[in-house]
Amino acid sequence: MNIDSIINGIVIDHITAGKAMQIYNMLNLDKLDCQIAIIKNAASNRNGRKDIIKIASDIDLDLGILAFICPTATINIIRDGKVIEKRNLKLPERIEGVLRCKNPRCITTTEQEIRHIFILTNPETAEYRCMYCDTKASN
Amino acid sequence: MRNLIDILDLSVEEIDELIAVGNDIIDHPEKYREACKYKTLATLFFEPSTRTRLSFEAAMLELGGRVLGFSEASSSSAAKGESVADTIAVVSGYADIIAMRHPKEGAPIVGASKATVPIINAGDGGHNHPTQTLTDLITIKREKGRFNDLTIGLCGDLKFGRTVHSLIAAMSRYPGVRFVLISPEELKVPSYVKNTYIKAKGIPYEQTTALENVIEKLDVLYMTRVQRERFFNEEDYLRLKDCYVLTPEKMAMAKQDLIVLHPLPRVNEISVAVDDDPRACYFRQARYGKFIRMALIMKLLEEANK
Ligand SMILES: [Zn+2]
Repeated sequence: MNIDSIINGIVIDHITAGKAMQIYNMLNLDKLDCQIAIIKNAASNRNGRKDIIKIASDIDLDLGILAFICPTATINIIRDGKVIEKRNLKLPERIEGVLRCKNPRCITTTEQEIRHIFILTNPETAEYRCMYCDTKASN
Repeated sequence: MRNLIDILDLSVEEIDELIAVGNDIIDHPEKYREACKYKTLATLFFEPSTRTRLSFEAAMLELGGRVLGFSEASSSSAAKGESVADTIAVVSGYADIIAMRHPKEGAPIVGASKATVPIINAGDGGHNHPTQTLTDLITIKREKGRFNDLTIGLCGDLKFGRTVHSLIAAMSRYPGVRFVLISPEELKVPSYVKNTYIKAKGIPYEQTTALENVIEKLDVLYMTRVQRERFFNEEDYLRLKDCYVLTPEKMAMAKQDLIVLHPLPRVNEISVAVDDDPRACYFRQARYGKFIRMALIMKLLEEANK
């Protein structure tokens, strides 16, 4: 399979196989009008199989939410066809306005225009809990 | 602004201080008769809880203060769809301190974000109820004289009963405490509560399904209601319910200086025949609840004035 290399942009590599579409949706990549390649089930030395997302544009990604969905992913910044920077992901202390609390008894289900906020409660297990009701976030 | 949303907002030292003030109020009520003169407490009860609301209002009145508020959502602007944030922003202009109860979990956090006066969480659904825990703590201190070196039995619904989880969290901070967890299999303490507050701290504990097997060991017995609807089937409920009912026969097996607590209201989990036993503390406990709320209102108002 042959996919053009990108000249300027971002490659999200080492995505756990099967998670590419979730990342695509949660990072709102469908809103971009640049070229985007999603490669599923690519061979990986590290994990057997992996997904890759190539974005032919230099955009600001929400690395926090990416870390939450797939902590093993890596970020390569491409300029003039070369990797100029590699970034590892770090779990953010809080995730705002992306995840929604699924507890039907939570105040976020009724209060108007409330921001859903999750706090990192256990970095080892990447556990986040709703700031309001302490319910665990699921990804 | 200092609020009380979760019992863990208070340090052990602050809890000890509140209990000391609460005890002083019990012994010298006359000293505090005008402690909150010209101050107003708003009791905003988006769901009814007459017992808790009256306790707050009695507390403020005994401090020489005034009270206003509503006792259920249908008589408030919430029925017209006003948000918690807006209600609190408005009432902040009418009162010096607010006690709020709301059926939704986390509502007091939303309230506190818009308040310009201290907020006390008077219960947010099944989530937190810190003044109940303060009430439980002052009762243990007042009746036993200490928090350390106590064997504490918790009996009934230990899964959904949030006051039980808060009491475990609060008591796990004192040395020499042991827990005896008495519940049906279906209503055991959730593993995160056990892991965080008991196992991680190396606190000795045991789990059992029958009160009569362990009652003789206990210094404190905290009873809760076992609700019929928590059971998977009627048969289990009927088979098990008597294991969690406190009777004079079970009291006969207990220590002479046991104390029995219950957050009330009781349904049938403590036989009325136990009420006259001097070890039954639950009505005194409700009374102590007023005094600890007095101490809390004074503390938060003082800190707000700093
Ligand atoms: Zn929530």
